[in-house]
Amino acid sequence: MKATTPQQDLIRGIWKENPVLVQLLGLCPALAVTNTVANSLAMGIATFFVLVGSSLLVSTFKKVIPHEVRISAYILIIATFVTIADLVLAALVPLIHKELGAFIALIVVNCMILGRQEAFASKRPIGRSLLDAVGTGTGFMIALLMMGTFREILGNGSILGISLFGDGFEPWVIFILPPGGFLTLGFILLAFGWWEERKSVVVRVRQWPHGVATPSREEAA
Amino acid sequence: MKELPQVSPDPGTEPVPGGPPGGPPGGPPDGPPQAPERPATSSTRLIVTLASAGALAGLVIVLVFGWANPRIMAYRAKILREAIQVVLDSPETVRTYYVVDGALSETPAAGADTITAEKVHLGFDAEGKPIGYAITGQEPGFQDYILVIFGYDPDTDRVLAMKVLESKETPGLGDKIFKDTAFVAGFRQAAAPLKGVKPGRGTGSDNEVDMITGATISSRTVIGIINHRIEALDPVLGAAAVEATTGTAASATEALATRGDGS
Repeated sequence: MKATTPQQDLIRGIWKENPVLVQLLGLCPALAVTNTVANSLAMGIATFFVLVGSSLLVSTFKKVIPHEVRISAYILIIATFVTIADLVLAALVPLIHKELGAFIALIVVNCMILGRQEAFASKRPIGRSLLDAVGTGTGFMIALLMMGTFREILGNGSILGISLFGDGFEPWVIFILPPGGFLTLGFILLAFGWWEERKSVVVRVRQWPHGVATPSREEAA
Repeated sequence: MKELPQVSPDPGTEPVPGGPPGGPPGGPPDGPPQAPERPATSSTRLIVTLASAGALAGLVIVLVFGWANPRIMAYRAKILREAIQVVLDSPETVRTYYVVDGALSETPAAGADTITAEKVHLGFDAEGKPIGYAITGQEPGFQDYILVIFGYDPDTDRVLAMKVLESKETPGLGDKIFKDTAFVAGFRQAAAPLKGVKPGRGTGSDNEVDMITGATISSRTVIGIINHRIEALDPVLGAAAVEATTGTAASATEALATRGDGS
């Protein structure tokens, strides 16, 4: 296990190991409920809440939970937070709760959340686990918002329900339908991969003269 | 893709010859003696841990539910009140009747749940005269169940107005059943039983409602729900209308309470 600094724990999940864009975890809600910005935001906040809450509890009770039943215990903790999120959303924002429908309850089986408990929170101190959960949750929210913004602009011509183009705009309805989720995710991953690829090429080119110079210096010495 | 550094293989999960360490707890160890990474936990401890965690989780959920449920119920009631205002053209007062054994009753049948029991809402105008009944109905549409509320006047056999309460119809196509104002307006003062016609193909008859191009199944379902509900309730409402007109003055004042002040 490589040692990490608190900053790394926080930042890692946001970009370098973004759950959706890099680890390709939690794709079910990322595809299903990102047809509008408001839905993406609500799903992002709900998942963030569940992830941070479960990481806190799992990390706090990691010594008490027997190894044999740890997965059951994690699922129990996650499910409790999901139920709380479900009830709170239904009470405070009923319209969005209706839109998200079953996908709130399905946060329980979001492998990103269970993955963070098993891989991180169950082995690290509480503070680090919280940082990691906040980072991963933020990364998830960023990915969802990227998809939601893209899909709502193209599929409905609006952001957060505010019309952008006026009546003359013919919305590209496919983008708020399920196939649009796959298309959007594909395009975003393509752009992300292309950007990563280009960055690594630039790094390699820059390192080239340095890499050549080092052995020759050693030879000289 | 980069290798994820934190997912390092856990030594405890590696297969150990002679039985995994997490095998049946309490069972006699067989095979060559191994130094287990983790001593087996007793079953009692496993059960106690999970049971207490479950009990705590249950307690927390009950507390949150106690806070959330009144709000959820209040929201549902508010949505219904607003819908009744729309489909009955702003009645002054509204009374709710339960349908019990083919007759209207002010109290639900014994043992019935007041939320799920079949009921109709009778609206009265400012002079205490009945406007009509707000009736809900639900049937499968193209994607999922469509829940519709509509106003109906049994004296004239006319639909007063229609509103879709819940639907998951296709955005851009089937969702026109509530987004297309012309379709919704087509139900105003339409004579029952309704008949769906293609736009422009109608003969001008009172019972014709223009359907939506591209949302045939959704609009047919809405028309079907209204017709089926009227068919089922017409004998009940026809008999009750007489009784309701005579007893309105007293009941209308009483009914103010049911309307609430949320709308």
